[in-house]
Amino acid sequence: MKGRAWKFGDAISTDHIIPGRYFYLRSNLPELAKHIFEYEKPNFSEKVSRGDFIVAGHNFGQGSSREHAAIVVKMNGIQAVLAKSFARIFYRNCFNSGLPAVICDTDKFGEGDVLELFLDEGRIINYSRNETVSFIPIPPVMKQILSDGGLVEHVKKYGDIRLNL
Amino acid sequence: MGMTLAEKILSEHAGKKVQAGEIVIVQTDLAYAQDGTGPLAVRKIQEMGFEKVFNPRKTIFFLDHAAPSPKFELSNDHTFLRGFSERTGCRISDVGYGISHQVVAEEEVKPGDVVIGADSHTCTGGALSAFATGVGSTDAAVAMALGKIWFRVPETIRVVMNGKLPAGVYGKDIILHLIGKIGAAGATYKALEFAGDAIEHLEMAGRMTIANMAVEAGAKVGIFSSDEITRDWLNRMERPEDFRELASDLDAIYEKTIEIDAKPLKPTIACPHQVDNTRTIDEIGEVSVNQVYLGTSCNGRLEDLRIAADILKGKKIHPKIRMIVTPGSRLVYLEALKDGTMEILIEAGALAMPPGCGACVGLHEGVLGDGEVCLATQPRNFQGRMGSPNSFIYLGSPAVAAATAIEGKIADPRKYL
Repeated sequence: MKGRAWKFGDAISTDHIIPGRYFYLRSNLPELAKHIFEYEKPNFSEKVSRGDFIVAGHNFGQGSSREHAAIVVKMNGIQAVLAKSFARIFYRNCFNSGLPAVICDTDKFGEGDVLELFLDEGRIINYSRNETVSFIPIPPVMKQILSDGGLVEHVKKYGDIRLNL
Repeated sequence: MGMTLAEKILSEHAGKKVQAGEIVIVQTDLAYAQDGTGPLAVRKIQEMGFEKVFNPRKTIFFLDHAAPSPKFELSNDHTFLRGFSERTGCRISDVGYGISHQVVAEEEVKPGDVVIGADSHTCTGGALSAFATGVGSTDAAVAMALGKIWFRVPETIRVVMNGKLPAGVYGKDIILHLIGKIGAAGATYKALEFAGDAIEHLEMAGRMTIANMAVEAGAKVGIFSSDEITRDWLNRMERPEDFRELASDLDAIYEKTIEIDAKPLKPTIACPHQVDNTRTIDEIGEVSVNQVYLGTSCNGRLEDLRIAADILKGKKIHPKIRMIVTPGSRLVYLEALKDGTMEILIEAGALAMPPGCGACVGLHEGVLGDGEVCLATQPRNFQGRMGSPNSFIYLGSPAVAAATAIEGKIADPRKYL
């Protein structure tokens, strides 16, 4: 599925994604999701379309362990997060929530570029620039969690952690 | 081949010898969540179809962020967590008892443990030689339900600090210096292992501050060997039986070693809006401050409050400053009341909040307005974290906090020692 790129810089923290001041909405996810990137990109929730991509620089998702950050990204219809690098907890949270997080050279994508992700093949086509960007495929463990639909679905399926180590 | 501390602990919990880079499933000794991540963790446990947790005695829900609750929605979350704990026999640490990481350091964590917490600063437990790491609600839910978790065994960066730490320089300055040097992603996915004679002489409170902020360099864990200082802490917490000696092997393989000379270190400040945006106190210039915040999981221990009280004794804080003190736990609060520390702080003009995470996440008890500047002892200074996106957070030691409270601008504590 094709989608548009929404560009962000380096060091986007989970406080940028969903600020701590909305702590009280964490048990009301649809309401919480409206406040995504409120300061970075006002009204992002209204502008974003299903299948779009977040495209960011280094250390995306640094800071708090709040899984709500990955969840609100997914709830806003984002297909995948593409970044030069990710903070550790956020990276795990993405896959656990069924949201692909891809490490690649995001300088090759501009704001609004139309992209298509081929996760298994490790490439992204940028139709706006007629360019293909390759990336190192995601680790097999993450791929397995993703194909099961997230870690909760994985455990539901097996009643245990049954990763192919 | 020798093993690092991380490899040793994960090997023990995987039931086989493991090394950096391997993906392993390990048993967990303790799993906890707080009131911001706990409700989601419980919903995940329920979604997976579990009605019980693996080990209720070692599953804890902390009501520490909204403590007590400033909003009805959060009161409802508290009710939800209390109900789940009652049904499943999990432990609930209710409002006022303390910050999760402080309470587990007092009562639960021991050398060699694998500790999972749905809070990024769970790595604080590394000060007690545990493999303690923060995860999201789903990973915590799985650890609570199954008593295990999967990990990639991290490579270890060894940080060796030798030399005598100068007066006025503390654990906070050491970790801010390190993060300034390697960057906020300088240890992403890695274990940080701390060693050297300056670390060996560092008291437990300082070690906890360093371990707490390991995540601010991206690390999975920040871990120390156990020694007499670990033993003293466990004795003080009335659980001497939890002590065991644990150190990395002499021939362990490290990804790299970073050496730091303790002698030239100075009080260090992280400037807005990144933890790695550090300057020494000599380079900071004139920064007027509205609020001084002393406490949190990073610097809310008795030793921290005492450092501030020693500087503030017999003095008054600047009239334009509000100084907020949040002890890390009820135990810390009681100790600070009994030994006179709290009295000194209050007489100087500070105001005390209940034990908890308080203003650090911008929820309550000291939320910043537009244009306001805060000097905080907390671990993190991202834009908008403490309230308005147009406010500014500087991070420093409890000593810097006290000196700043006196002068109304970020100040060097060394002249007050």
